[in-house]
Amino acid sequence: MTKPQGAEHRLARTQRGKGAWVSAMYALIIFLFLYAPMVVMVVISFNGKNSIVEMDGFSFRWYKEFAENRALMTGLRNTLILALCASGAATLIGTAAAIALDAWKKSLTRSALMVVTDIPMMAPDIVTGISMMLMFVLFGTIVGNGGSLGFGTLLIAHITFCVPYVILSVLPRLRQMDPHLAEAAMDLGCTPFAAFRRVVLPNITSSIVTGALMAFTLSLDDFVISHFTTSGSFNTLPLEIYSITRKPVRPSIFALSTLIFVGIFLLLLLINFAQSRAERKTIR
Amino acid sequence: MRQLKPLARRLLASPYIVWAVLFVLAPMVFVVYYSFTDRSGAWTLENILGLGSYAQLFGRSIWYSIVATLLCFLLAYPLALALCKMKVKTQRILVMLVMLPMWMSFLIRTYAWLVLLQDEGIVNHWLDALSLPRFHMINTPGAVILGMVYNYLPFMILPIYTTLSKLDGSLHEAAHDLGANAAQTLWRVTLPLSLPGIASGITMVLVPSISTFYISQKMSTGNIFMIGDMIEQKFVMDYDLNMGAALSLALMVMVIVSMMVMRRFTDNEGEVIP
Repeated sequence: MTKPQGAEHRLARTQRGKGAWVSAMYALIIFLFLYAPMVVMVVISFNGKNSIVEMDGFSFRWYKEFAENRALMTGLRNTLILALCASGAATLIGTAAAIALDAWKKSLTRSALMVVTDIPMMAPDIVTGISMMLMFVLFGTIVGNGGSLGFGTLLIAHITFCVPYVILSVLPRLRQMDPHLAEAAMDLGCTPFAAFRRVVLPNITSSIVTGALMAFTLSLDDFVISHFTTSGSFNTLPLEIYSITRKPVRPSIFALSTLIFVGIFLLLLLINFAQSRAERKTIR
Repeated sequence: MRQLKPLARRLLASPYIVWAVLFVLAPMVFVVYYSFTDRSGAWTLENILGLGSYAQLFGRSIWYSIVATLLCFLLAYPLALALCKMKVKTQRILVMLVMLPMWMSFLIRTYAWLVLLQDEGIVNHWLDALSLPRFHMINTPGAVILGMVYNYLPFMILPIYTTLSKLDGSLHEAAHDLGANAAQTLWRVTLPLSLPGIASGITMVLVPSISTFYISQKMSTGNIFMIGDMIEQKFVMDYDLNMGAALSLALMVMVIVSMMVMRRFTDNEGEVIP
């Protein structure tokens, strides 16, 4: 860019300065809107009084009440178990599929597979949820257990909606890789497996981690699909929250969500850190 | 590993292919099957023909979600533009702040709006304290639309931001050199070039808005029914799986049509993750 001179330059700068100020104000307003409910829940979680409207004093009593709430704690445990299992399985299936898809030449099967990958991402959650419920129920009637929904069906549903995110995180990274690298490794005497483990895998690790974390958070937060693919026998946290918010709620639910907020914040920092490290690697 | 042997490739892909056929495609077949059968399993067109009586519900869902999508666009586009002009480090932090709420339970966040806005809520409490007149928001269409805009705004911001941030800055300079002012550059250069981002933003807001049930349930305390509410009721309360399936099928068809329209603006294969 050439340097503008004199008065023109100054004019451009003041205009940009004013523009920057307007943009910053606008961004502030949008972020206030996005974070208003978060502020509400953090503030109320420390309420000294049993009200979700009026603040009075400061206390940790709602954190204590949440920790003593059996249903919520079980829900939290179930959610973590489910998210770990689902994201683990989804990462394995998805990474394998991404490697295969990357090696695939343009063909009908490949395009069909890409379309199928899009379905769980683009279909409304409610449709994904009920479609699986219908299948589980019908299958259950055939098998004769009355279509029992629980951990198994939830796990299947969660893996299903997580896999596409892993694929779409790993596949672009594979595409960016120089295909000659693995060839060179094999020319130098690596077996294909060794070439994969020592050349390809280190290159795609960060994208696998990103995909796995994405799958984990999606599973953690899913309500709609879980709502239709389980019955009372195995409840996750979002399902517990749903049943709680059907009645007037107590501030303890906000204590819980404040904790989740902090947890997610740390997770996002981790993802950000992994990404910037990967970027530094590629620059090097 | 482009030179993967066909056997190895098939082995790696097979778990996913099996999984996708069993748990993505088969369930969709079941939706169609249930839509065209009755409780006893006999073929019937009754469910599909019965959809007509839900026309008002569909109309309301479409209308609210279009308004919400439009509002999201109007709010998100200037923000994405503003973000692109900031320092790279600031951009990264702010984008993370846009994503953060997406990963929080939308149930609690929506409920928090109810706490803020209900007739005996926090805002009215403050208005009382300032002896200003109260306002009534919950239970109005505006409240439902606010819930949608709030929940899905990040889905509009992120794809628009991603396309805008990839735009070549020299295009703006060129437009400027050729005598276009800021507004003309925006209208004739930036906006057309960011259409792919806008299109994926629109799909990502429209699809969940049109099919929501929790947001409408909470923000209207159960009084404003949308298509998602009806599907939920059919499955969870009435246990009328066949009518529920028919409603879902209709919803799915609407979504596919709107996605096909939007696809015309995006050429890449499913780039949703920013």
